[in-house]
Amino acid sequence: MEQQIIYLDNNATTPMAQEVVDAISEANTLFGNASSMHGFGREAAFAIEQSREKIAALLECDPNEVVFTSGASEANNTVFNIFRDAIDLGSKRNRIVTTVIEHPSITEMVKFLKKRGYRIDEVPVDKTGRVELETLATYLGEDVALVSVMTGNNEIGTIQRIAEITKMAHAVGAYMHTDATQAIGKIPVQMRTWDVDYMSISAHKFYGPKGIGALAVKNKVPFEAFVHGGHQEGGKRAGTYNTPSIVGVGVAAELAKQNLQSESAHLWSLREMLRKGIEEKIPNVVVNGNQEHCLPGTLDVSFPSAEGESVLLYLDMEGIMVSTGSACASGSLEPSYVLLASGVDIELAHGSIRFSFGRYNTEEEVLYVLEKLPPIIKRLRGMSTR
Amino acid sequence: MSTNFMSQWVYSPIVKDHFMNPRNTWVEEENFEFDGIGEVGSLACGDQMRIAIQVKDDVIVDLRWLTYGCASAIASTSMMSEMVIGMGLEEAYNLSPATITEALGGLPDHKFHCSVLGDKGLRAAIDDYLVKQKRDNPFKKKVAKVICECNNVTDVAIEDLVKSGEAKTLEDLERITKYGTVCGKCKSEVAELFDQFKHIYST
Repeated sequence: MEQQIIYLDNNATTPMAQEVVDAISEANTLFGNASSMHGFGREAAFAIEQSREKIAALLECDPNEVVFTSGASEANNTVFNIFRDAIDLGSKRNRIVTTVIEHPSITEMVKFLKKRGYRIDEVPVDKTGRVELETLATYLGEDVALVSVMTGNNEIGTIQRIAEITKMAHAVGAYMHTDATQAIGKIPVQMRTWDVDYMSISAHKFYGPKGIGALAVKNKVPFEAFVHGGHQEGGKRAGTYNTPSIVGVGVAAELAKQNLQSESAHLWSLREMLRKGIEEKIPNVVVNGNQEHCLPGTLDVSFPSAEGESVLLYLDMEGIMVSTGSACASGSLEPSYVLLASGVDIELAHGSIRFSFGRYNTEEEVLYVLEKLPPIIKRLRGMSTR
Repeated sequence: MSTNFMSQWVYSPIVKDHFMNPRNTWVEEENFEFDGIGEVGSLACGDQMRIAIQVKDDVIVDLRWLTYGCASAIASTSMMSEMVIGMGLEEAYNLSPATITEALGGLPDHKFHCSVLGDKGLRAAIDDYLVKQKRDNPFKKKVAKVICECNNVTDVAIEDLVKSGEAKTLEDLERITKYGTVCGKCKSEVAELFDQFKHIYST
Protein backbone atom coordinates (compact mmCIF):
# COMPACT_ATOMS: atom_id res chain seq x y z
CA MET A 1 0.00 0.00 0.00
CA GLU A 2 1.17 3.47 -0.81
CA GLN A 3 1.77 5.95 2.00
CA GLN A 4 -1.42 7.81 2.74
CA ILE A 5 -2.34 10.72 4.93
CA ILE A 6 -5.25 9.88 7.17
CA TYR A 7 -6.58 12.38 9.64
CA LEU A 8 -8.37 10.70 12.56
CA ASP A 9 -8.18 13.51 15.09
CA ASN A 10 -11.42 15.31 14.27
CA ASN A 11 -12.31 15.77 17.95
CA ALA A 12 -9.21 17.95 18.25
CA THR A 13 -10.19 20.01 15.26
CA THR A 14 -11.66 19.60 11.78
CA PRO A 15 -10.54 20.91 8.41
CA MET A 16 -12.70 23.73 7.10
CA ALA A 17 -15.35 22.69 4.60
CA GLN A 18 -14.69 24.06 1.11
CA GLU A 19 -18.04 25.87 1.31
CA VAL A 20 -16.79 27.59 4.47
CA VAL A 21 -13.44 28.52 2.90
CA ASP A 22 -15.26 30.06 -0.07
CA ALA A 23 -17.71 31.99 2.10
CA ILE A 24 -14.91 33.36 4.31
CA SER A 25 -12.86 34.32 1.31
CA GLU A 26 -15.79 36.28 -0.04
CA ALA A 27 -16.59 37.81 3.34
CA ASN A 28 -13.03 39.07 3.71
CA THR A 29 -14.05 42.06 1.61
CA LEU A 30 -16.76 42.99 4.11
CA PHE A 31 -14.30 45.18 5.97
CA GLY A 32 -16.83 47.63 7.38
CA ASN A 33 -17.18 47.75 11.15
CA ALA A 34 -20.52 46.07 11.69
CA SER A 35 -21.31 48.60 14.42
CA SER A 36 -21.07 51.51 11.96
CA MET A 37 -24.28 53.08 10.68
CA HIS A 38 -23.04 53.64 7.14
CA GLY A 39 -23.34 51.37 4.12
CA PHE A 40 -20.21 49.30 4.67
CA GLY A 41 -21.12 48.81 8.31
CA ARG A 42 -24.68 47.76 7.48
CA GLU A 43 -23.38 45.33 4.85
CA ALA A 44 -21.21 43.56 7.44
CA ALA A 45 -23.98 43.65 10.05
CA PHE A 46 -26.38 42.04 7.59
CA ALA A 47 -23.97 39.16 6.95
CA ILE A 48 -23.53 38.68 10.71
CA GLU A 49 -27.26 38.58 11.37
CA GLN A 50 -27.73 35.99 8.63
CA SER A 51 -25.11 33.84 10.28
CA ARG A 52 -26.77 34.27 13.65
CA GLU A 53 -30.00 32.92 12.22
CA LYS A 54 -28.22 29.82 10.94
CA ILE A 55 -26.69 29.15 14.35
CA ALA A 56 -30.07 29.61 16.00
CA ALA A 57 -31.60 27.11 13.57
CA LEU A 58 -28.85 24.62 14.32
CA LEU A 59 -29.16 24.93 18.10
CA GLU A 60 -32.94 25.26 18.18
CA CYS A 61 -33.08 28.72 19.74
CA ASP A 62 -33.89 32.31 18.76
CA PRO A 63 -31.32 34.39 16.87
CA ASN A 64 -31.35 37.01 19.63
CA GLU A 65 -30.18 34.32 22.06
CA VAL A 66 -26.92 33.74 20.17
CA VAL A 67 -23.82 35.57 21.42
CA PHE A 68 -20.68 35.19 19.29
CA THR A 69 -17.51 34.45 21.22
CA SER A 70 -13.93 33.50 20.37
CA GLY A 71 -14.84 29.87 20.92
CA ALA A 72 -16.22 27.43 23.47
CA SER A 73 -13.50 28.15 26.04
CA GLU A 74 -14.61 31.76 26.23
CA ALA A 75 -18.27 30.72 26.23
CA ASN A 76 -17.68 28.31 29.14
CA ASN A 77 -15.66 30.88 31.07
CA THR A 78 -18.41 33.44 30.49
CA VAL A 79 -21.05 31.21 32.04
CA PHE A 80 -19.01 30.47 35.15
CA ASN A 81 -18.20 34.15 35.46
CA ILE A 82 -21.91 35.06 35.44
CA PHE A 83 -22.47 32.95 38.54
CA ARG A 84 -19.24 33.94 40.19
CA ASP A 85 -20.48 37.50 39.89
CA ALA A 86 -23.89 36.66 41.31
CA ILE A 87 -22.24 34.91 44.26
CA ASP A 88 -19.95 37.92 44.79
CA LEU A 89 -23.03 40.11 44.93
CA GLY A 90 -24.41 38.00 47.74
CA SER A 91 -26.68 35.45 46.04
CA LYS A 92 -27.96 32.84 48.48
CA ARG A 93 -27.51 30.29 45.75
CA ASN A 94 -23.78 30.03 46.02
CA ARG A 95 -22.83 26.56 44.85
CA ILE A 96 -22.04 25.29 41.34
CA VAL A 97 -22.37 21.64 40.32
CA THR A 98 -20.43 20.22 37.39
CA THR A 99 -18.70 16.91 36.54
CA VAL A 100 -15.21 15.44 36.71
CA ILE A 101 -14.95 14.90 32.96
CA GLU A 102 -15.58 18.41 31.60
CA HIS A 103 -13.29 20.12 29.12
CA PRO A 104 -10.26 21.92 30.62
CA SER A 105 -11.95 25.28 29.97
CA ILE A 106 -14.30 24.24 32.76
CA THR A 107 -12.11 22.05 35.00
CA GLU A 108 -9.37 24.70 35.11
CA MET A 109 -11.93 27.43 35.76
CA VAL A 110 -13.25 25.27 38.61
CA LYS A 111 -9.74 24.91 40.07
CA PHE A 112 -9.22 28.65 39.78
CA LEU A 113 -12.50 29.48 41.51
CA LYS A 114 -12.14 26.83 44.22
CA LYS A 115 -8.78 28.31 45.17
CA ARG A 116 -10.62 31.55 45.77
CA GLY A 117 -13.12 29.89 48.06
CA TYR A 118 -16.08 29.29 45.75
CA ARG A 119 -18.13 26.18 46.42
CA ILE A 120 -18.06 23.90 43.41
CA ASP A 121 -18.83 20.19 43.33
CA GLU A 122 -17.63 17.89 40.59
CA VAL A 123 -19.96 14.92 40.22
CA PRO A 124 -18.26 11.58 39.51
CA VAL A 125 -19.20 9.45 36.50
CA ASP A 126 -19.78 5.72 36.06
CA LYS A 127 -17.36 3.35 34.34
CA THR A 128 -18.61 4.43 30.93
CA GLY A 129 -18.16 8.14 31.66
CA ARG A 130 -21.86 8.77 32.27
CA VAL A 131 -23.30 10.90 35.04
CA GLU A 132 -25.66 8.74 37.10
CA LEU A 133 -28.83 10.67 37.76
CA GLU A 134 -29.22 9.24 41.28
CA THR A 135 -25.69 10.36 42.09
CA LEU A 136 -26.30 13.79 40.62
CA ALA A 137 -29.44 14.14 42.73
CA THR A 138 -27.37 13.90 45.91
CA TYR A 139 -25.42 16.98 44.84
CA LEU A 140 -28.45 19.15 44.09
CA GLY A 141 -30.16 21.47 46.51
CA GLU A 142 -31.68 24.89 47.04
CA ASP A 143 -28.22 26.45 47.30
CA VAL A 144 -27.20 25.45 43.76
CA ALA A 145 -26.98 28.32 41.30
CA LEU A 146 -25.72 26.51 38.20
CA VAL A 147 -25.44 22.97 36.89
CA SER A 148 -22.96 22.52 34.04
CA VAL A 149 -22.66 19.17 32.23
CA MET A 150 -21.12 18.63 28.81
CA THR A 151 -23.29 17.10 26.09
CA GLY A 152 -20.72 14.63 24.71
CA ASN A 153 -17.20 13.99 25.91
CA ASN A 154 -14.23 14.88 23.69
CA GLU A 155 -12.06 11.94 24.72
CA ILE A 156 -14.34 8.95 25.10
CA GLY A 157 -17.45 10.31 23.37
CA THR A 158 -19.90 9.48 26.16
CA ILE A 159 -23.22 11.32 25.75
CA GLN A 160 -25.04 12.67 28.81
CA ARG A 161 -28.78 12.86 29.47
CA ILE A 162 -28.97 16.63 29.17
CA ALA A 163 -32.77 16.89 29.05
CA GLU A 164 -33.18 14.84 32.25
CA ILE A 165 -30.33 16.63 34.00
CA THR A 166 -31.81 20.00 33.03
CA LYS A 167 -35.13 18.97 34.53
CA MET A 168 -33.38 18.04 37.77
CA ALA A 169 -31.44 21.32 37.85
CA HIS A 170 -34.58 23.36 37.26
CA ALA A 171 -36.46 21.39 39.91
CA VAL A 172 -34.15 22.84 42.57
CA GLY A 173 -34.21 26.26 40.94
CA ALA A 174 -30.74 26.13 39.40
CA TYR A 175 -29.82 27.20 35.86
CA MET A 176 -28.47 24.70 33.36
CA HIS A 177 -25.44 25.00 31.08
CA THR A 178 -24.15 22.44 28.61
CA ASP A 179 -20.95 22.52 26.59
CA ALA A 180 -22.23 21.06 23.32
CA THR A 181 -18.97 21.61 21.42
CA GLN A 182 -18.30 17.96 20.54
CA ALA A 183 -21.90 17.09 19.75
CA ILE A 184 -22.60 19.54 16.92
CA GLY A 185 -23.20 17.83 13.60
CA LYS A 186 -23.06 14.41 15.26
CA ILE A 187 -26.23 14.17 17.33
CA PRO A 188 -29.29 16.45 17.53
CA VAL A 189 -28.54 19.41 19.80
CA GLN A 190 -31.79 20.93 21.01
CA MET A 191 -31.68 23.90 23.28
CA ARG A 192 -35.49 24.29 23.46
CA THR A 193 -36.39 20.62 23.69
CA TRP A 194 -33.78 20.07 26.37
CA ASP A 195 -34.79 23.38 28.00
CA VAL A 196 -31.13 24.30 28.56
CA ASP A 197 -30.36 27.89 29.68
CA TYR A 198 -26.82 28.23 28.34
CA MET A 199 -25.07 26.32 25.56
CA SER A 200 -21.47 26.61 24.29
CA ILE A 201 -20.24 25.72 20.82
CA SER A 202 -17.05 26.13 18.79
CA ALA A 203 -16.91 26.44 14.99
CA HIS A 204 -13.68 24.55 14.32
CA LYS A 205 -15.14 21.31 15.66
CA PHE A 206 -17.69 21.26 12.85
CA TYR A 207 -15.68 22.31 9.79
CA GLY A 208 -15.78 26.03 10.55
CA PRO A 209 -12.92 28.44 11.24
CA LYS A 210 -10.85 28.56 14.42
CA GLY A 211 -11.20 31.37 16.94
CA ILE A 212 -14.96 31.69 16.68
CA GLY A 213 -17.82 30.12 18.57
CA ALA A 214 -20.97 31.06 20.36
CA LEU A 215 -22.77 31.02 23.66
CA ALA A 216 -26.51 30.59 23.31
CA VAL A 217 -28.25 32.27 26.23
CA LYS A 218 -31.94 31.83 26.90
CA ASN A 219 -33.81 35.10 27.23
CA LYS A 220 -34.31 36.40 30.79
CA VAL A 221 -31.67 34.22 32.45
CA PRO A 222 -28.81 35.88 34.36
CA PHE A 223 -26.12 37.39 32.19
CA GLU A 224 -22.98 39.38 32.78
CA ALA A 225 -20.41 40.26 30.12
CA PHE A 226 -17.03 38.55 30.42
CA VAL A 227 -15.34 40.89 27.93
CA HIS A 228 -16.25 44.52 28.66
CA GLY A 229 -16.03 47.27 26.09
CA GLY A 230 -18.23 48.40 23.20
CA HIS A 231 -21.91 47.64 22.93
CA GLN A 232 -21.57 44.73 20.45
CA GLU A 233 -23.88 41.75 20.96
CA GLY A 234 -26.25 43.93 22.94
CA GLY A 235 -23.54 44.54 25.52
CA LYS A 236 -23.12 40.81 26.08
CA ARG A 237 -19.71 40.53 24.45
CA ALA A 238 -17.50 43.47 23.51
CA GLY A 239 -15.01 43.56 20.66
CA THR A 240 -15.29 44.49 16.98
CA TYR A 241 -17.15 41.83 15.04
CA ASN A 242 -14.98 39.24 13.28
CA THR A 243 -17.19 39.32 10.20
CA PRO A 244 -15.46 36.71 7.97
CA SER A 245 -15.26 34.11 10.75
CA ILE A 246 -18.85 34.75 11.78
CA VAL A 247 -19.91 34.24 8.18
CA GLY A 248 -17.83 31.04 8.16
CA VAL A 249 -19.43 29.57 11.27
CA GLY A 250 -22.86 30.34 9.78
CA VAL A 251 -22.13 28.29 6.69
CA ALA A 252 -20.67 25.51 8.83
CA ALA A 253 -23.83 25.52 10.96
CA GLU A 254 -26.02 25.30 7.89
CA LEU A 255 -24.08 22.28 6.61
CA ALA A 256 -24.11 20.60 10.03
CA LYS A 257 -27.88 20.93 10.24
CA GLN A 258 -28.52 19.78 6.66
CA ASN A 259 -26.28 16.73 6.85
CA LEU A 260 -26.87 15.67 10.44
CA GLN A 261 -28.56 12.34 9.76
CA SER A 262 -26.33 11.12 6.95
CA GLU A 263 -23.19 12.36 8.65
CA SER A 264 -24.06 10.73 11.95
CA ALA A 265 -24.64 7.40 10.19
CA HIS A 266 -21.40 7.78 8.20
CA LEU A 267 -19.33 8.46 11.34
CA TRP A 268 -20.84 5.58 13.27
CA SER A 269 -20.29 3.09 10.45
CA LEU A 270 -16.61 4.04 10.14
CA ARG A 271 -16.19 3.93 13.91
CA GLU A 272 -17.78 0.52 14.17
CA MET A 273 -15.80 -0.80 11.22
CA LEU A 274 -12.57 0.22 12.95
CA ARG A 275 -13.67 -1.08 16.34
CA LYS A 276 -14.61 -4.49 14.98
CA GLY A 277 -11.44 -4.66 12.91
CA ILE A 278 -9.24 -3.83 15.90
CA GLU A 279 -10.99 -6.36 18.14
CA GLU A 280 -10.60 -8.97 15.43
CA LYS A 281 -6.98 -8.31 14.51
CA ILE A 282 -5.37 -7.29 17.80
CA PRO A 283 -5.47 -9.43 20.94
CA ASN A 284 -6.01 -7.90 24.37
CA VAL A 285 -7.58 -4.52 23.65
CA VAL A 286 -10.05 -2.53 25.74
CA VAL A 287 -12.59 -0.15 24.23
CA ASN A 288 -13.21 2.78 26.59
CA GLY A 289 -16.38 4.76 27.15
CA ASN A 290 -20.05 3.99 26.68
CA GLN A 291 -20.74 1.86 23.62
CA GLU A 292 -24.44 2.67 23.49
CA HIS A 293 -24.46 6.39 24.24
CA CYS A 294 -21.41 7.48 22.30
CA LEU A 295 -20.72 10.31 19.87
CA PRO A 296 -20.76 8.48 16.54
CA GLY A 297 -17.23 9.37 15.41
CA THR A 298 -15.30 8.69 18.61
CA LEU A 299 -13.41 5.48 19.35
CA ASP A 300 -11.10 5.32 22.36
CA VAL A 301 -9.10 2.12 22.69
CA SER A 302 -6.44 0.98 25.16
CA PHE A 303 -3.62 -1.30 24.08
CA PRO A 304 -2.02 -2.77 27.21
CA SER A 305 1.80 -2.99 27.01
CA ALA A 306 1.95 -0.44 24.21
CA GLU A 307 2.42 3.11 25.46
CA GLY A 308 0.17 5.72 23.84
CA GLU A 309 2.73 8.26 22.68
CA SER A 310 4.77 5.54 21.00
CA VAL A 311 1.70 4.20 19.24
CA LEU A 312 0.77 7.72 18.15
CA LEU A 313 4.23 8.43 16.74
CA TYR A 314 4.53 5.09 14.94
CA LEU A 315 1.10 5.70 13.40
CA ASP A 316 2.19 9.21 12.44
CA MET A 317 5.11 7.70 10.54
CA GLU A 318 2.52 5.84 8.48
CA GLY A 319 0.61 9.06 7.91
CA ILE A 320 -2.15 8.22 10.39
CA MET A 321 -2.94 11.01 12.84
CA VAL A 322 -4.61 10.24 16.18
CA SER A 323 -4.37 11.37 19.79
CA THR A 324 -3.58 9.67 23.10
CA GLY A 325 -4.52 9.91 26.77
CA SER A 326 -1.00 8.91 27.79
CA ALA A 327 0.90 11.05 30.28
CA CYS A 328 3.95 11.20 28.06
CA ALA A 329 2.11 13.10 25.38
CA SER A 330 0.69 15.63 27.79
CA GLY A 331 3.88 16.98 29.29
CA SER A 332 2.88 15.90 32.78
CA LEU A 333 3.25 12.62 34.62
CA GLU A 334 -0.49 12.06 34.83
CA PRO A 335 -2.49 10.39 32.09
CA SER A 336 -5.93 11.62 30.96
CA TYR A 337 -8.16 12.68 33.88
CA VAL A 338 -11.22 11.76 31.82
CA LEU A 339 -10.10 8.13 31.49
CA LEU A 340 -9.08 7.90 35.14
CA ALA A 341 -12.39 9.43 36.27
CA SER A 342 -14.21 6.87 34.12
CA GLY A 343 -12.56 4.08 36.05
CA VAL A 344 -10.01 3.19 33.37
CA ASP A 345 -7.00 1.54 34.99
CA ILE A 346 -3.99 3.85 35.02
CA GLU A 347 -1.90 1.44 32.92
CA LEU A 348 -4.66 1.28 30.33
CA ALA A 349 -4.91 5.06 30.31
CA HIS A 350 -1.22 5.27 29.38
CA GLY A 351 -1.89 2.99 26.44
CA SER A 352 -5.02 4.72 25.15
CA ILE A 353 -5.51 5.95 21.61
CA ARG A 354 -8.39 8.10 20.44
CA PHE A 355 -9.51 7.74 16.85
CA SER A 356 -12.00 10.46 15.95
CA PHE A 357 -13.70 10.41 12.59
CA GLY A 358 -14.99 13.28 10.51
CA ARG A 359 -16.95 14.15 7.42
CA TYR A 360 -14.10 13.44 5.00
CA ASN A 361 -12.96 10.03 6.24
CA THR A 362 -13.60 6.94 4.13
CA GLU A 363 -13.82 3.16 4.48
CA GLU A 364 -10.58 2.81 2.51
CA GLU A 365 -8.88 4.82 5.22
CA VAL A 366 -10.18 2.48 7.91
CA LEU A 367 -8.81 -0.47 5.93
CA TYR A 368 -5.43 1.24 5.74
CA VAL A 369 -5.42 1.78 9.52
CA LEU A 370 -6.37 -1.86 10.07
CA GLU A 371 -3.40 -2.84 7.91
CA LYS A 372 -0.86 -0.59 9.69
CA LEU A 373 -1.99 -0.66 13.32
CA PRO A 374 -1.67 -4.37 14.27
CA PRO A 375 2.06 -4.69 13.42
CA ILE A 376 2.77 -1.46 15.33
CA ILE A 377 1.08 -2.77 18.48
CA LYS A 378 2.85 -6.10 18.07
CA ARG A 379 6.21 -4.43 17.67
CA LEU A 380 5.80 -2.16 20.70
CA ARG A 381 4.55 -5.04 22.82
CA GLY A 382 7.56 -7.03 21.69
CA MET A 383 10.00 -4.50 23.10
CA SER A 384 7.93 -3.77 26.22
CA THR A 385 8.63 -5.14 29.70
CA ARG A 386 6.57 -8.29 30.06
CA MET B 1 -0.51 18.88 3.06
CA SER B 2 2.26 17.59 0.82
CA THR B 3 4.76 20.05 2.31
CA ASN B 4 7.67 18.90 4.43
CA PHE B 5 5.77 18.57 7.70
CA MET B 6 6.98 14.99 8.06
CA SER B 7 10.56 16.22 8.36
CA GLN B 8 9.83 18.44 11.36
CA TRP B 9 9.62 15.88 14.11
CA VAL B 10 8.87 16.18 17.82
CA TYR B 11 12.31 14.98 18.85
CA SER B 12 15.84 15.13 17.42
CA PRO B 13 16.73 13.03 14.34
CA ILE B 14 18.83 10.74 16.59
CA VAL B 15 15.88 10.09 18.90
CA LYS B 16 13.76 9.38 15.86
CA ASP B 17 16.32 6.90 14.52
CA HIS B 18 16.60 5.04 17.84
CA PHE B 19 12.82 5.03 18.27
CA MET B 20 12.19 3.69 14.79
CA ASN B 21 15.16 1.26 14.83
CA PRO B 22 15.86 0.41 18.45
CA ARG B 23 19.17 -1.40 19.07
CA ASN B 24 19.74 -4.43 21.31
CA THR B 25 16.10 -5.08 22.19
CA TRP B 26 15.38 -8.34 23.92
CA VAL B 27 13.24 -10.29 21.49
CA GLU B 28 11.05 -12.89 23.10
CA GLU B 29 12.55 -15.80 21.19
CA GLU B 30 16.10 -14.97 22.22
CA ASN B 31 17.39 -16.93 25.18
CA PHE B 32 19.71 -14.23 26.47
CA GLU B 33 21.84 -15.48 29.33
CA PHE B 34 22.57 -12.59 31.61
CA ASP B 35 24.82 -12.04 34.61
CA GLY B 36 22.81 -9.17 36.05
CA ILE B 37 19.34 -7.76 35.57
CA GLY B 38 17.64 -4.59 36.77
CA GLU B 39 14.20 -3.10 36.50
CA VAL B 40 13.02 0.45 37.18
CA GLY B 41 9.85 2.44 36.68
CA SER B 42 6.33 1.07 36.66
CA LEU B 43 3.52 0.54 34.22
CA ALA B 44 1.36 2.84 36.31
CA CYS B 45 3.85 5.66 35.82
CA GLY B 46 3.84 5.11 32.09
CA ASP B 47 7.40 3.95 31.76
CA GLN B 48 9.23 0.85 32.84
CA MET B 49 12.63 -0.55 31.82
CA ARG B 50 14.31 -3.90 32.26
CA ILE B 51 17.99 -4.18 31.50
CA ALA B 52 20.05 -7.37 31.37
CA ILE B 53 23.83 -7.43 31.07
CA GLN B 54 26.54 -9.96 30.31
CA VAL B 55 29.80 -9.17 32.10
CA LYS B 56 33.29 -10.46 31.44
CA ASP B 57 36.36 -9.21 33.32
CA ASP B 58 34.37 -6.25 34.66
CA VAL B 59 33.40 -5.18 31.15
CA ILE B 60 29.80 -5.20 29.85
CA VAL B 61 30.14 -7.44 26.82
CA ASP B 62 26.48 -7.54 25.85
CA LEU B 63 23.15 -6.06 26.88
CA ARG B 64 19.47 -6.53 26.15
CA TRP B 65 16.60 -4.30 27.19
CA LEU B 66 12.84 -4.03 27.27
CA THR B 67 11.06 -0.73 27.65
CA TYR B 68 7.44 0.21 28.08
CA GLY B 69 7.24 3.90 27.42
CA CYS B 70 7.19 6.83 25.09
CA ALA B 71 9.49 7.53 22.16
CA SER B 72 12.14 9.23 24.27
CA ALA B 73 12.13 6.40 26.82
CA ILE B 74 12.66 3.84 24.05
CA ALA B 75 15.33 5.96 22.38
CA SER B 76 17.11 6.61 25.70
CA THR B 77 17.36 2.89 26.48
CA SER B 78 18.48 2.11 22.96
CA MET B 79 21.17 4.80 23.01
CA MET B 80 22.33 3.76 26.48
CA SER B 81 22.66 0.16 25.26
CA GLU B 82 24.90 1.21 22.40
CA MET B 83 27.03 3.37 24.64
CA VAL B 84 27.75 0.82 27.36
CA ILE B 85 28.42 -2.36 25.41
CA GLY B 86 32.19 -2.75 25.66
CA MET B 87 32.38 -0.34 28.57
CA GLY B 88 33.96 -1.14 31.94
CA LEU B 89 31.58 -1.52 34.90
CA GLU B 90 32.89 1.54 36.71
CA GLU B 91 32.50 3.81 33.72
CA ALA B 92 29.09 2.37 32.96
CA TYR B 93 28.01 2.91 36.57
CA ASN B 94 29.01 6.55 36.29
CA LEU B 95 27.21 7.12 33.02
CA SER B 96 25.02 10.12 33.65
CA PRO B 97 21.55 10.86 32.24
CA ALA B 98 23.01 14.06 30.79
CA THR B 99 25.49 12.04 28.73
CA ILE B 100 22.68 9.90 27.31
CA THR B 101 20.57 12.98 26.58
CA GLU B 102 23.49 14.69 24.89
CA ALA B 103 24.18 11.66 22.70
CA LEU B 104 20.52 11.74 21.67
CA GLY B 105 20.89 15.30 20.45
CA GLY B 106 18.87 16.57 23.40
CA LEU B 107 15.44 15.86 24.90
CA PRO B 108 12.67 18.28 25.84
CA ASP B 109 12.84 19.22 29.55
CA HIS B 110 9.79 17.19 30.55
CA LYS B 111 11.35 14.11 28.92
CA PHE B 112 14.63 14.27 30.80
CA HIS B 113 13.43 11.70 33.34
CA CYS B 114 13.33 9.14 30.51
CA SER B 115 17.11 9.25 30.29
CA VAL B 116 17.28 9.14 34.09
CA LEU B 117 15.39 5.86 33.97
CA GLY B 118 17.86 4.42 31.45
CA ASP B 119 20.76 5.25 33.70
CA LYS B 120 19.02 3.92 36.83
CA GLY B 121 18.09 0.73 35.06
CA LEU B 122 21.68 0.13 34.10
CA ARG B 123 22.87 0.75 37.66
CA ALA B 124 20.24 -1.65 38.95
CA ALA B 125 21.58 -4.32 36.58
CA ILE B 126 25.16 -3.72 37.71
CA ASP B 127 24.06 -3.76 41.38
CA ASP B 128 22.36 -7.09 40.74
CA TYR B 129 25.48 -8.45 39.04
CA LEU B 130 27.68 -7.48 42.01
CA VAL B 131 25.22 -8.98 44.50
CA LYS B 132 25.19 -12.22 42.53
CA GLN B 133 28.99 -12.21 42.53
CA LYS B 134 28.88 -11.55 46.30
CA ARG B 135 31.05 -8.50 45.78
CA ASP B 136 30.86 -5.14 47.51
CA ASN B 137 29.80 -2.25 45.35
CA PRO B 138 32.90 -0.12 44.92
CA PHE B 139 31.21 2.40 42.63
CA LYS B 140 28.40 3.59 44.81
CA LYS B 141 30.34 5.97 47.02
CA LYS B 142 32.00 7.72 44.12
CA VAL B 143 28.76 8.72 42.49
CA ALA B 144 27.12 9.76 45.74
CA LYS B 145 26.56 13.48 46.21
CA VAL B 146 25.94 15.01 49.60
CA ILE B 147 22.58 16.77 49.65
CA CYS B 148 22.11 17.49 53.35
CA GLU B 149 25.47 18.80 54.52
CA CYS B 150 24.48 19.11 58.16
CA ASN B 151 23.57 15.46 58.59
CA ASN B 152 25.60 14.04 55.70
CA VAL B 153 22.73 12.59 53.67
CA THR B 154 23.61 11.64 50.11
CA ASP B 155 21.43 11.26 47.04
CA VAL B 156 22.37 7.58 46.97
CA ALA B 157 21.16 7.15 50.54
CA ILE B 158 17.84 8.78 49.67
CA GLU B 159 17.57 6.65 46.57
CA ASP B 160 18.24 3.43 48.51
CA LEU B 161 15.63 4.29 51.12
CA VAL B 162 12.99 5.00 48.49
CA LYS B 163 13.96 1.94 46.47
CA SER B 164 13.75 -0.40 49.46
CA GLY B 165 10.41 1.09 50.49
CA GLU B 166 11.71 2.16 53.91
CA ALA B 167 10.92 5.78 53.09
CA LYS B 168 7.42 5.86 51.68
CA THR B 169 6.88 9.50 52.51
CA LEU B 170 9.07 12.55 53.05
CA GLU B 171 8.26 12.26 56.77
CA ASP B 172 9.69 8.71 56.80
CA LEU B 173 12.80 10.02 55.10
CA GLU B 174 13.20 12.78 57.67
CA ARG B 175 12.70 10.37 60.55
CA ILE B 176 15.36 8.00 59.20
CA THR B 177 17.99 10.44 57.92
CA LYS B 178 17.24 13.61 59.93
CA TYR B 179 17.74 15.56 56.71
CA GLY B 180 16.90 19.23 56.84
CA THR B 181 16.54 19.29 60.61
CA VAL B 182 19.51 21.57 61.23
CA CYS B 183 19.81 24.42 58.75
CA GLY B 184 16.94 23.29 56.51
CA LYS B 185 18.65 24.55 53.35
CA CYS B 186 18.39 21.21 51.55
CA LYS B 187 14.66 20.68 52.04
CA SER B 188 13.43 21.59 48.57
CA GLU B 189 16.23 19.67 46.86
CA VAL B 190 15.48 16.57 48.94
CA ALA B 191 11.77 16.88 48.17
CA GLU B 192 12.54 17.08 44.47
CA LEU B 193 14.85 14.05 44.57
CA PHE B 194 12.30 12.14 46.62
CA ASP B 195 9.58 12.76 44.01
CA GLN B 196 11.94 11.71 41.25
CA PHE B 197 12.94 8.46 42.95
CA LYS B 198 9.35 7.80 43.94
CA HIS B 199 8.41 8.03 40.28
CA ILE B 200 11.20 5.69 39.26
CA TYR B 201 10.79 3.04 41.94
CA SER B 202 7.12 3.06 42.84
CA THR B 203 5.38 -0.10 41.76
